[in-house]
Parts: sequence; structure tokens; C-alpha cells
Amino acid sequence: MIESSTLAKQDEEITLIKPSKGWGSLNLRELWVYRELIYFLTWRDLKVRYKQTALGAGWAILQPVLSMIVFSIFFGGLLNVDSGDVPYPIFSYAAILPWGVFAKALNDTGRSLVSNRAMLTKIYFPRMVIPLASVFSSLADFLIAFIVMLGLMYYYQIAPTSNIWTLPLFLLLAVITALGVGLWLSAMNVLYRDIGYMIPYITQLWFYLTPIVYSASEVPEQWQFFYALNPMVGVVEGFRWALLGTSDAPSPMIGVSAVIALIVFISGMYYFRRMERTFADMV
Amino acid sequence: MSEIAIRVEDLGKQYRIGLTPMRYRTLRETISESFTRDGRANRAASKEEEGKIWALRDISFEVYQGQVMGIIGRNGAGKSTLLKILSRITEPTKGYAEIHGRVGSLLEVGTGFHPELSGRENIYLNGAILGMRREEIDRKFDEIVAFSEVEKFIDTPVKRFSSGMYLRLAFAVAAHLEPQILVVDEVLAVGDAEFQRKCLGKMNDVAKEGRTVLFVSHNMSAILRLTDETILLDQGQIVLRAPTPEAVDHYMASGFSQSGERTWNIDEIPPESAPFRPIALRVSDNNQRRYDRVRSTNPITLEVEYALDAPITGLRVGVYMQTTRGEFVFTSFDTDNTQQFEQYSMRPEGHYISRCTLPPDLLNEGQYVLGINASSYRVKRYFQDENALAFSVDGAGAPGKQWPERRLGPVRPRLEWDIDVK
Repeated sequence: MIESSTLAKQDEEITLIKPSKGWGSLNLRELWVYRELIYFLTWRDLKVRYKQTALGAGWAILQPVLSMIVFSIFFGGLLNVDSGDVPYPIFSYAAILPWGVFAKALNDTGRSLVSNRAMLTKIYFPRMVIPLASVFSSLADFLIAFIVMLGLMYYYQIAPTSNIWTLPLFLLLAVITALGVGLWLSAMNVLYRDIGYMIPYITQLWFYLTPIVYSASEVPEQWQFFYALNPMVGVVEGFRWALLGTSDAPSPMIGVSAVIALIVFISGMYYFRRMERTFADMV
Repeated sequence: MSEIAIRVEDLGKQYRIGLTPMRYRTLRETISESFTRDGRANRAASKEEEGKIWALRDISFEVYQGQVMGIIGRNGAGKSTLLKILSRITEPTKGYAEIHGRVGSLLEVGTGFHPELSGRENIYLNGAILGMRREEIDRKFDEIVAFSEVEKFIDTPVKRFSSGMYLRLAFAVAAHLEPQILVVDEVLAVGDAEFQRKCLGKMNDVAKEGRTVLFVSHNMSAILRLTDETILLDQGQIVLRAPTPEAVDHYMASGFSQSGERTWNIDEIPPESAPFRPIALRVSDNNQRRYDRVRSTNPITLEVEYALDAPITGLRVGVYMQTTRGEFVFTSFDTDNTQQFEQYSMRPEGHYISRCTLPPDLLNEGQYVLGINASSYRVKRYFQDENALAFSVDGAGAPGKQWPERRLGPVRPRLEWDIDVK
């Protein structure tokens, strides 16, 4: 465990380096000191991603739009999935938006430590900076993709509801869930590379357990309780409710799933901090 | 003396090594081990000392503010591990270290550099990774660019940089970190002579400004030039802490075997060396007797004994010779000769001795260090140890011995002089 303390008398920073025992503190203050590094790493992620591709930031729009088209043809058209009062394309796009943030954040954080191994083995900084930066870059994509949402709403002449102010809260819930699971996975991925292979399947399974291509109301009554434990159910339903005014307000179950997300998130941070000390030796 | 900058107390670091060192565990192993009784027994057994080594042990020392401390030792002596602990990259297993002030480490320059980003962007990114504030980088930006001498290309992606430009830029960022304590590991091993001169100059400045420097190097002349005091590590322990000239002499001489022979145990050979396996390096006189002290007026035989566990194409086995000050005297390979080069284009597996003889009256008196290298040119370097064996040369009977002075230079040839009177 590493403790930094400032002695007022000498006004110099003393760092104590010693083996850590058991569960340490989260040391969020240090993370705050390194906030600029989070900013620069996010910026690097975005810049590099858009520099290397011909379409650049266009991908942030193209990806969700293509998903929307595919879902509209197969689920909306061929399978005739019920989308309530709104056209299927906008019904699915309202779900693709938060899901995109979640899936990308989960994927990137899960792999972030292994892909940044050079930094881990050469320089000290709070390790949690790396998964955090991955989350922020997926938020930047969200903002770009959101422009399309506004365009779709104009096209279909759907005015946002007065509940639109709740959107950031649902987004926050998606991010906390992704980060919580991502912290667990990224730290475990350092020890067991199997995790890296599991992440796509976890994401895929989660996709079907979330009402993206279908409506949550289609889930049989007796399963609704378990279904709602998935925080992403509340997030997606919340997005549709706040933007399109379709489904009912998220049930009180969203409170329970938010608590679950928070537990995963906080335990993820502690697990990450505990594993952190071995990263440089194992990665 | 002034105030303490670094205090290290009984520091130790243990690594787990198995048959395959640093292997990743798979999830299946952990799961199956925790369910079977065998597995649990295995795990209990692995908790024992077996399969673990102490990379560092019982390390205690203090460095005062403004002191420039050298750390030397052979490969695997624990130098890098020590620096990694002090720069907080890895945790110690026991003991503690107390560090007063901001630590900047030059363990490897250019960490976090991204090839797609421009020089300018990488300065900001790398600065942030090293712990600099944005306004701090803004302030020093021009200075960094000037130091790196890549002004013209500052907005070009660094993937288009030559390796020299890349290094200079990377070092420039790191050098402007202005930490109270600077930890440097072998940055001088890379780059051209001009770059190395610049690095040394910068380190000198840092030291003159009264900041503390910890400097790890294999370059004894750099260690001698820059540091006042040096710690000698061997097998994870401190052998000696002394004024630098004394420590360097000790390292170069008594740190090695006295017999004129260096042998390698299996556990000293890195797995990457396979199928090349070094066995011994020997220095002997013309009667095949091994000596650590040879006469400069006699021929000196150098011998590398090794085994090949599989055939190698294009293998060359050779020796380096250095002075104890780290200057190279020569490098020579057993297939330098075109005839042997053709004959041994493919060397079958087996047990070999490659031997060469230095002509009499070649070396000056003094201490020399032999190293070995086994490689296939542009394909692979199987094994290299630049500091494998030390021996000394006795100058009795050498040319010019009528004057008991120390002659400059590593060679002392017997030259035919003509003196014409006109």
C-alpha cells in the first residue's frame, strides 16, 4: 500500500512504500490528482481511433445507425416485433444509444489493462485511471450518436417528453454498471487471460437480456422481477420513457437494480485496488 | 550531511517462478485446483518457499538530498527490481522505503508514446503520464522541443520519426519533469553517441541543481563520471556501498571468479537462449593453464565452451573485451574468417569449444572484462553477457617498462620504431 502524506512542517511530500495487507483504501484523492491523465488518455483513445479510420468520427454515427437498420429490417419488419406507439426504427435507436455506451465501456475497460501493459510496467500512476479513461471515450461516442437521435425525432415528429432531464441519470446508471463489471473483468483479465475471450459472450448474452430489439412488456409476468434486476433494463426503458414517452415510467425495481449496480461498482473498485499491486508483476 | 531523500529499510521482493516462469494462470486451473483435493494440496505446497525466489533481500540504505548514487551489479542482481519498487511500479514483499519528494523515473523513455499521434500531442500525453500538469507542460513546451531538436517535425506523427528523433523527443519530455528525485535505468544504453552525451549532460545538470539521482548502469565510465557513491548488488543483496571508484574496482575484479573461468549453471541461462547453452568462458596462457592474471608478453587463449541442443543456422559465437572503465577494446566472432564462415553456416547440435588466441604484446597492463555473444546475424541473439569474466594483464617485460608509468590506452603493442638522424 502506498500512502502519501504532507507534513505541514517541512512542506514536502513523503511517500511510504511498503507491502500492503488485506483490503486497502480506495484512495480516491490520488485519482483526483491524476484527473488530467484521465483526460489525456481519453483524448488519446478518441484521437487515435478517429485518425486511423477513413470515416473518422463518422463511425460513431454509422455504427448505431447500421444496427438500427438491421434491427428494423429483421425484428421490426420480418418478425414484426411490437414497438408500441412509435415506429420501430426510433424505438430501437433509443435503446441502441445507452446500450452502445454500456457495451463499448464494458469491452474497453475489460481489456484496458492488458492493452496498456507497457505503461503499467514502466510508470507509476493510479491504475484506475486506465479503465476510467475507457469509459469516458465511450461517452464521447454517445454524444455524437445522440445527434442522430435528435434527427430521428424531428423526422418522426416526436417531441421529447418533459422527463428528458432524467436522461443523464439513466446514462449514469449505464456507466456505473459498465464500470463496475469492467473493473472486475479488467483486474481478472490480468490474472486470467480467459476473461478477454469471455467478454464478447458476456456482452452478447447481456444484449438479449436487455429490451433493445423488443419491448420489456413482452417478458412474461412471472419473470419480470428477475428481469428487472438487470440495471440495463431500467436504463433502456428509462431512455424510451424520457425521450419518446412510450413505455411507462421505470418501475420501482430500477431502484433495486441501481443498488445492485452500485454494489458491483464499489466492490469492483475495491477488488481492483486489491489486485492493483500485482498488475506490474503479472501483466 | 543534509536531509534524507530516500530511506530503505530491510526491503525484499519475492517472485514466484515455476518451471515456466511468469506463466499466466488459466481460469480452469484455478477452478479445478480449488475443487480437487490434489489441487488444494498443490496449492498449499506452492505456498511454501519452493518455486519462489528473492529478487531482492535485506536491502537497507539511505540517500541524502543532492546525492548522486550509482547502482551496479550483474544482470539479475536486482537493480531494476529495486528501481521499480522505488518508483512504485511494483510492491515490495517486505520492508519499507520512505521517499521524500516527487520521484521521476527514466526506466524507459517514451512510455505511452503513441505512433499515430504527432510529436506535439505525444509531449502532452507523455507529460501527463509522467505526472506533469497541463500548465507545467505548456510552460516547458518550447524548452522540450528545443532540447529534442525535432522542431520541424513536431506536428508529424511520431511513427514517421527516425528512432533517434523518437528517443530524443522522449528523453526531452522525461528530462523536463524536474523531480526532486530522479531514478534512471540504462537509458544510456540506447541512442547514438551524441544522444548519450546529451543525456549525461542533462543528468549532470540535475545533479548540480542539488537534486537526488539514483543511476543504474552497466556503463562504468558513466557511473564513474556521474556518481560519488555506488551500491554494488549481487543476487539481490547489497555487497558493498562505497565511493564509486572503489565499488567499480570491486565489481570489476573480485565480483567475478578468480580462476580465469566463468561457468553458467542451468538456472542462470534465460529460456530465450535455447537451443544455445553457454557452459564456460576461460582465459588461459599458452600451456592451457587457466589464469585470472596473464602476462602481456605471452599469447592469451580465450575459450568459449557451449552446447547446442538443436542445430542453428548462421550461428556465430564470440567475445567482447572491455576495460573496467567500460570502453570496448574489441569484438571478435569464431566465424569472422570466411573459411569458417562457410564451413559452419549450419552448426549441428553438439558440444563445442570455440577458441582463439590473442597475440603477445597486444594488451596494456590492467583489468579487462570479457563478455560473450552468441547470435545469428539479423535473426536472433541467443545469448549475451557483456560482463562475464574479469582478468588482469601483468605488464612485466612489456615495451616501455623501463619507465614505471601508467600508459594510456587499452593496447600496448610492441612497435618497430625507426629513428632517423638527418
